[in-house]
Amino acid sequence: MSIELVLFIIFSAVAAVSAILMITRANPVISALFLILNFASLAGLYLLLNAQFIAVAQVIVYAGAIMVLFLFVLMLLKPEKEKLFEKHPGIKIFAVIIAGMVFLQLMYLIFLSRPSSSVNPIVSESVKAGTIEQIGRQLYTNYVLPFEAAGFLLLAATIGAFVLAKKKFE
Amino acid sequence: MIIPIEYYLILSAFMFIVGVTGVLIRRNAIIIFMSVELMLNSANLTLVTFSSYLGDSIGQLFVFFVMTVAAAEAAVGLAIIIAMFRNKTTLNVDEINILKW
Repeated sequence: MSIELVLFIIFSAVAAVSAILMITRANPVISALFLILNFASLAGLYLLLNAQFIAVAQVIVYAGAIMVLFLFVLMLLKPEKEKLFEKHPGIKIFAVIIAGMVFLQLMYLIFLSRPSSSVNPIVSESVKAGTIEQIGRQLYTNYVLPFEAAGFLLLAATIGAFVLAKKKFE
Repeated sequence: MIIPIEYYLILSAFMFIVGVTGVLIRRNAIIIFMSVELMLNSANLTLVTFSSYLGDSIGQLFVFFVMTVAAAEAAVGLAIIIAMFRNKTTLNVDEINILKW
């Protein structure tokens, strides 16, 4: 077994298990910590895929900024006992069955289309595509309008969050 | 690049389904929100996988935009949750039903 495969197995196992633990823990703070673990292992997977810039952005933006915001709000609000479908306990099992069926459909599609037979990965091309130089060049030439729109979206979100959190509704 | 592309796609599909299940079975608004983040991340994994295997950086560019939207969404969504908690002092989405008729 090569080191690449070993690393893939470790990172994907951590990602899958922490995702399951995230939705099953009763304490929301523990859930948030498992989600951070999931994001960190995803950053490792991005490094395996030669996407250096996205891996760094994943750690800084997701595991750093967004999850700190979540944890901050969780600590701010009073923790309470979660009431899980007292009237209809069967809904939970039904939801899991539906999700399992959709997962089987996705697996069927993946194995039916067999994308590995049509893509021929070239390692040098892949490394070149993941560098910040290549992404930045695309961002500031062909995709400069979406880039500006994303900046405007962040401004709107900042103002919106400020207004929503400040105002006390009647 | 010796790992078949299917492995990454299966992991991504699995994480997406776990996110969907989290949205369906949990009643805490913040945990539902975190499950949505999990789904966004599984979509990101698919984009990065195809971008890397095809040697094209556009997919990673879109992941960058998805991260921007996720950050904006988290800020506004958490502000809404705080405003709602002030009004009703609960995070249970079954009790927050003022928009239901």
